[in-house]
Amino acid sequence: MSGPNTDYDPVEVTPLKPEEVESARDAALAAIAAATDLAELKQVRIDHTGDRSPLALANREIGALPPQARKEAGQRIGQARGAVAKALGERQAVLEVEHEERMLVEETVDVTLPTDRVPAGARHPLTTGAELIADIFVAMGWEVAEGPVIEAEWLNFDALNLGPDHPARTMQDTFWTDPQDNGVVLRTHTSPVQARTMLTRTPPIYVVCPGRVFRTDEYDATHSPMFHQVEGLAIDEGITMAHLKGTLDHFATAMFGEGITTRFRPSFFPFTEPSAEVDLLCFVCRGAGELDGARCRTCRGEGWIEWGGCGVVNPRVLTACGVDAERYTGFAFGMGIDRTLMFRHGVEDLRGFFEGDVRFTTAFGSEL
Amino acid sequence: MKTPVSWIREYVDLPTDLTTEALAAELTDLGLKLEAIEKPGDQITGPLVVGRVLTMDPEPQKNGKTINWCTVDVGDANGTGEPQGIVCGAHNFAPGDLVVVVLPGGVLPGGFAISARKTYGHVSAGMICSARELGLGEDHDGIIVLPQDAGKPGESAFGVLGLDEEVIEFEINPDRAYALSLRGVAREAALAYDAWYTDPTQRDVPPADDQGYPVVVEDPAGCPVFVARTVSGFDPAAPTPDWMVQRIQLAGMRPISLAVDVTNYVMLETGRPIHGYDADKLQGTVRVRRAREGERLTTLDGTDRALSTEDLVVTDDSGIIGLGGVMGGEATEMSATTTRVLVEAAHWDAVAMFRTGKRHKISSEAGKRNERGVDPTICEAAADRVVELLTTYGGGMAEPGVTVVGTPPEPTTITIEADLPARVTGMEIDPATTIRHLRAVGCEVAEDGTRLTATVPPWRPDLVDPFDLVEEVARVVGYGNVPSVLPTPGAGRGLTRAQRLRRRVGRTLAGAGCVEVVSFPFVGEAAFDQLGLPADDPLRHTVRLANPLSNEEPAYTTTLLPGLLKAAARNVGRGATGVALFETGTVAFPSDRGAAPIYGVDRRPTVEELAALLDALPAQPLHLAVVLAGERERAGWWGEGREAGWADAIAVVRRLAADLGVAVTVEADARMPWHPGRCARVLVDGTEIGRAGELHPKVCASFGLPKRSAAVELDLDALLARAVDVVPAPEFSTYPVAKEDVALVVDDSVRAADVEAALREGAGELLESLRLFDVYTGEQVGEGRTSLAFALRFRAPDRTLTEEETAAAREAAVARAAELTGAQQRA
Ligand SMILES: [Zn+2]
Repeated sequence: MSGPNTDYDPVEVTPLKPEEVESARDAALAAIAAATDLAELKQVRIDHTGDRSPLALANREIGALPPQARKEAGQRIGQARGAVAKALGERQAVLEVEHEERMLVEETVDVTLPTDRVPAGARHPLTTGAELIADIFVAMGWEVAEGPVIEAEWLNFDALNLGPDHPARTMQDTFWTDPQDNGVVLRTHTSPVQARTMLTRTPPIYVVCPGRVFRTDEYDATHSPMFHQVEGLAIDEGITMAHLKGTLDHFATAMFGEGITTRFRPSFFPFTEPSAEVDLLCFVCRGAGELDGARCRTCRGEGWIEWGGCGVVNPRVLTACGVDAERYTGFAFGMGIDRTLMFRHGVEDLRGFFEGDVRFTTAFGSEL
Repeated sequence: MKTPVSWIREYVDLPTDLTTEALAAELTDLGLKLEAIEKPGDQITGPLVVGRVLTMDPEPQKNGKTINWCTVDVGDANGTGEPQGIVCGAHNFAPGDLVVVVLPGGVLPGGFAISARKTYGHVSAGMICSARELGLGEDHDGIIVLPQDAGKPGESAFGVLGLDEEVIEFEINPDRAYALSLRGVAREAALAYDAWYTDPTQRDVPPADDQGYPVVVEDPAGCPVFVARTVSGFDPAAPTPDWMVQRIQLAGMRPISLAVDVTNYVMLETGRPIHGYDADKLQGTVRVRRAREGERLTTLDGTDRALSTEDLVVTDDSGIIGLGGVMGGEATEMSATTTRVLVEAAHWDAVAMFRTGKRHKISSEAGKRNERGVDPTICEAAADRVVELLTTYGGGMAEPGVTVVGTPPEPTTITIEADLPARVTGMEIDPATTIRHLRAVGCEVAEDGTRLTATVPPWRPDLVDPFDLVEEVARVVGYGNVPSVLPTPGAGRGLTRAQRLRRRVGRTLAGAGCVEVVSFPFVGEAAFDQLGLPADDPLRHTVRLANPLSNEEPAYTTTLLPGLLKAAARNVGRGATGVALFETGTVAFPSDRGAAPIYGVDRRPTVEELAALLDALPAQPLHLAVVLAGERERAGWWGEGREAGWADAIAVVRRLAADLGVAVTVEADARMPWHPGRCARVLVDGTEIGRAGELHPKVCASFGLPKRSAAVELDLDALLARAVDVVPAPEFSTYPVAKEDVALVVDDSVRAADVEAALREGAGELLESLRLFDVYTGEQVGEGRTSLAFALRFRAPDRTLTEEETAAAREAAVARAAELTGAQQRA
């Protein structure tokens, strides 16, 4: 309520005089325009539209007017208040945009700050390398076979045509479990997995066997008592060396790129006949042996890289493992995973794989 | 096998412009693997000539040495024809000798450039060379004195010294023992170039008679052929001719004396190891038999050996005089006084040779050939060749008798279908090609319809099976002609679920910030001691190795922790402030069920036989181990860092279990190597699968790890076995959630998991989730008491819960907790 209406005159009520209303409106509009932030505008809103603001007080006087005067006064006040409310709204919108922009500027951070609160983990390249190889074969419709690393001598040697007096048995320096005549060894190759597969499944068989193997080699930059091999075995009707070549060529291309193929050289492995060494066309110099006029380091200038051994499965092996050697033929191949990764990634020292230095492992990420 | 190219050319008519590299490549394609090509003269350039010493004036020096001031006729090689003045420190020559001179401008091995230089008061214009200076060996200290007929002064010395020789070194596979001879390598060269070949063993030999040295072979299976010849009047001082010395050296053997050199030369030439006895030291009949129990022999390497009853021995009336085919005895060895030589060329059973060599750890050039199989038909020719060379260069004469005991075994025949090579190799090989190539490698081939019967040549004992013939045909056709054809396996099923889950394990742990390591599984007592395992801990019961690389680590490990903790310590030692590692690998527990049987290979083992085999193997579960040492979260602009502790270890286990879809629980345990108050036993369906927690302080100290390092070891096979194959989809409500917090005060001895379980049980079906969010101990709850604050979330599947329903469920939960654990609701 306004104060006592001392100079009561229905037409001449001071707050309702047009010039008073205009003045109050203009003062409000000026204050709105002058507000520089949302807080100031909030105060302007209280001062000029609140219960004690001139326009609110004036509005309250309308009721005291004689009925014939109310309409005009009401319109005048209403228009003034409307103009103020509109200006407030507009100013509010402008200031809100300004505020948000300013906040966004003020909240700017240095995004180059480190974020490595928990250091990154990584899988081992020997693991991801084995998976990469397995996946190439799985994509061809092969399956992945496994077996134990501590293996029966019979499966590691005899079943694979490495009889007790086979010269090749001395080529592979074997860890024997104690006592030696218990016939249990640390497998010297992943080939016993092939034997196990043939013993437990019927052809057609297409399996790839990555795994850990052991030889009594002294530990140095290129030898290790433990390393990793991947072997493949295909047993089917009508399998030939040509299928072996096709498979290894595809493997080489998938692993090393378009145009990288293999070549065979005659060799000797008891479990295959005919046997071959597989060479990989050097994926760095592409067979030239040199790169930018210098000898290629990857293939030592040979143009080819020794990759592994392979051949047609010896029918004696098929027989020992219960496969009908009259009906089926097969091929097998094997290579070192460690060695393959060494030349694929330029690892100079084999021991890098086994030291466990996280700087080595994390460099490969978690997928090859 | 090192083969001088000129020696190969002696037996095979190779194109004159053929390079050694090209020859080596062709032979590699046939299966003789190139190891290296050696060119001894490669490192010498410039004038290296024959010189004749004209004068030689010894001049004593102040330093006590005497040098020789020499003038040497080097013909026109110095451009002037005048004698060359050279200072020489050696004394093993005299005026008139032919020597090797390198003139100024020449470069010797090691980049040693020769120039005229002032020394000992003379200008020395060149150098008189020793073998060592030319890279020809280490043996001679003095300079090389050439034979008088070696050449004229001024001629190049390269040819005289064999420096223009090229040597191909092959790695000979076990099946190609015939290529351990020039005879065999030359035969392959002839095959490669379809060239004329002269077999060095094709020679007229005198017929056997009964006038030769008496020999009795009591074990014809072990020694099917024994040929003996005798040379008497031999001059033990006669030198080995230079050409022979040179070839023996180029082949990688050491020249010793004429008699020994001749036997080695003939072995290199023919592949047949020869043994020479000092015939004057032999007593009575030479016999071949197996050794008897308790017999011993001192072999010519000076080793006294206890013999096995499987060893083949050569005896005379004095007893055992040699380990047949492997190594001779000391007593009858040829020496510097030997004038009568008994030449033995015998064929020995390869398996016996292999076993004897292995048993006595003898690796010799003779043994290497005998154990792989030598042509049994060339004993007479080889012996005759030895006699020829001994009499030619050592004087003396062949005694008339020729002893030949036994006959070579019948040749092997193999019958194949003519199209077998084509069927196995995938190459287009017609029967005519097969026949031609089999004949080229020495087989006699008889045709019978579609079948071919090959009679294997005697130098190829490796050819036994039909597929062996396939390889012979394939390598002659050329492996380069094998087409590249992808096989067409049926549709595959991809990885098994177990295989996919194992990959998941690695990804989860890498995602949790752990780095995978691969360690050796070898372990010793020291590692178990470091882990603080009690003496009777089952982990100490290991699969032991008969031949460990190190006696410190003689067993296959039962736990991955030693390798992993060492790797962690290595990282810390290299400056890492925090390290999180994991490893998956098999461990082994002995089966203690005796030996794994060895079966034959002519048939598949029966199911029972196979089961017996597998049963003897150790249990080899796949384990997972994790170590978290030092800084787990780094300090940074965000605030303080955090050291790893027991909770991180258990968190890794829970995270992994969640990723695998397996529910694990933990309960308190106390077992080394963990901290007795901070060790959790991990269970799945009530079965223990491993442990996680903080390591015992002593273990951290013994491995050099930061205090409070934590570790996990799980039986991954057991964990993965419980992963559900097909996970059923969950059902959940979308009605509003009702949240209730309760704080319960319990005795310190009460486990949070037990309170949680009681709350769950009491809350009933409306409880959606429950989480312990605060643990408080202190004055407000009293001595020996702990306050546990839980956030409970309730939700019904079909309606919005009323306040009353929620309150009732909460009260029921608290009541059950009070009942089971003595929990009191905190005021
Ligand atoms: Zn290259």
